[in-house]
Amino acid sequence: MADVTLDRITKTYNKGQTKAVEDISFSVNEGELFGLIGPDGAGKTTLFRILTTLLLPDTGTALVNGCDVVKDYKKIRSQVGYMPGKFSLYQDLTVEENLQFFATVFNSSIEENYDLIKEIYVQIEPFKKRRAGNLSGGMKQKLALCCALIHRPTVLFLDEPTTGVDTVSRKEFWEMLKRLKVQGITILVSTPYMDEATLCERIALIQAGAILSIDTPQGIIEQFPEKLYAIKAGNMSQLLQDLRSSSLVATCYAFGEYHHITLTEEGEQTTENLLASLKEQHAEVQLSPTKPTIEDCFIKLMQAS
Amino acid sequence: MRTLKFLLEKEYKQIFRDTIILRMILAMPLIQLLVMPLAADFEIKNVNIAIVDHDRSPYSQELVSKIRSSGYFVLTDFGSSYRNSFEQLESDEADLILEIPQDFERNLVRENQQSLLIAVNAINGTKATVGGSYLGSIIQDFNGDIKADWITPQGLNQTPLIDINNLNWFNPFLNYQFFMVPGILVLLVTMIGAYMCALNIVKEKEVGTIEQINVTPIKKHHFILGKLIPFWTIGIFVFSLGFFLIARLVYDLVPAGSILTLYAFLSLFLVAILGVGLLVSTYSTSQQQAMSLSFFFMMIFILMSGLFTPIESMPEWAKVFAYANPVTYFIEVMRMIVMKGSGFKDIQNHFLIMTGFALLFNTWAIINYKKTS
Repeated sequence: MADVTLDRITKTYNKGQTKAVEDISFSVNEGELFGLIGPDGAGKTTLFRILTTLLLPDTGTALVNGCDVVKDYKKIRSQVGYMPGKFSLYQDLTVEENLQFFATVFNSSIEENYDLIKEIYVQIEPFKKRRAGNLSGGMKQKLALCCALIHRPTVLFLDEPTTGVDTVSRKEFWEMLKRLKVQGITILVSTPYMDEATLCERIALIQAGAILSIDTPQGIIEQFPEKLYAIKAGNMSQLLQDLRSSSLVATCYAFGEYHHITLTEEGEQTTENLLASLKEQHAEVQLSPTKPTIEDCFIKLMQAS
Repeated sequence: MRTLKFLLEKEYKQIFRDTIILRMILAMPLIQLLVMPLAADFEIKNVNIAIVDHDRSPYSQELVSKIRSSGYFVLTDFGSSYRNSFEQLESDEADLILEIPQDFERNLVRENQQSLLIAVNAINGTKATVGGSYLGSIIQDFNGDIKADWITPQGLNQTPLIDINNLNWFNPFLNYQFFMVPGILVLLVTMIGAYMCALNIVKEKEVGTIEQINVTPIKKHHFILGKLIPFWTIGIFVFSLGFFLIARLVYDLVPAGSILTLYAFLSLFLVAILGVGLLVSTYSTSQQQAMSLSFFFMMIFILMSGLFTPIESMPEWAKVFAYANPVTYFIEVMRMIVMKGSGFKDIQNHFLIMTGFALLFNTWAIINYKKTS
């Protein structure tokens, strides 16, 4: 059963001059951990704001929990949890007071849903008398998650929760999400980090306001059409230039300490020739087939569109 | 109701935690009320006068001592050269020159008339007019004395004399502070309503907390009430502090009318002026914008309110502005109740108009608030 459904959602800003998202349709199943993956400015936040009833779509309909985001916005507001990308709790209230406040405005109490937030809250409990503004980035994010969960929402919207958070905290955060999923909460999370995509059950790749692909992370990787190679040499920037000028290479881009390349049909057949000619110009050339990652798929899809 | 209670609890906590705001709430009424009424005094005292006496007769001496003993004038020069005195006028040391001609006394007695020259430095218009007319009335008085001397004691009064006696109602000692203090109290309350309320709401916008609030089931009217009520109570508190502590203890200002009526009007006025704050907040997205907007309104509200300059002497177009200004009505009501002791019947219209303002600003703000979210 679909918990969140978007049907041909379009939103423009500046009276139609700036397109934020165009013709977006997808659905998130109940109890699913769904990732919205895309770079800054792709339209992720716009979609979140539409789904959390903060923004009206220009055209299209969206349902959350079976309620229309325009007509039944009041119902939605009491059922969903939203954690905006920017920390937006009261900085001059303490950790405890923030939690208390958000519990009461949802007509709930900390005690009632304590089991849901317990694991997260115990980590910030030692600082419960501290003002939220004086917490570290990771702590703020944990508090924000607690506040978004305190009324036991059925759907949780997390807009770039891991942006600006250190690697350890990011890892912890994703583990927390997995545990929440077990509780049956549908989670829609957005992130600009491609490496986090594999942690979701299904993902939608979004770029410039349009969806590139929707599938499981594995499915998206399997859809990668060509063979992908990783190549390395002494002078990487010279190598990149040479590869780009070669007629045997279809695509080529820097990827960590390697360059990732795909070859043209002709190149596929004459891999040895390519390697030999490269070895003439470069020292320590290494070429090996590699498994594509979500980032490779994203770049591929971006070039295709 | 439960939601509202928690919103208010949160709001008060935040306000009382902000030490700068708290200090402002306490210090602002005290300092403004202590400083401004004393400084903003339109009564002209200490007019510098240079007297050129060419006569040096008993009459001229008598006139000079009459001027000096009036308390309004400071004698900066007493000489016999008009040119010297004029230099003083030019260098701003003297505001007025009085020249007494030669044979002033003799001619007055013989020919029954004599003229004096008053030269006024008119750069400061108020001082020139007031100083000139003070001097004029002293001379008139002096003239009266002389006439009385010359009239035959039998009472055959050939030249009928009109004697004018002033009776100062409502402020018998012409205490300028009694006029200013109520006005400045209004100013304080206006500032709290227009600034603090607007800034507070815009801060939620700026920090992003309003987003978080908007996805909760909190209703709009709860949110707005949660913002208005705290500042309404702070407004009442600041007013009371200024009214009972400073105005009464320092300036001896005891209201002639009913305090209950005064507070009823204050409550209504606060609703109207908080509406202005709310309106400003709906049009601004940053605290800077809100500050500039409120400042703009405050300037107009204060300068066009009759606090410093009487509305009656404004040009017609300015009167329209003054009467479209809620602050004007509260200042009027304050002065009426505190000084004249007016009752509810006298300020009925003011109540009606203020209700209109309160409805106008708040409805406008709420409509605009809905549109932007």
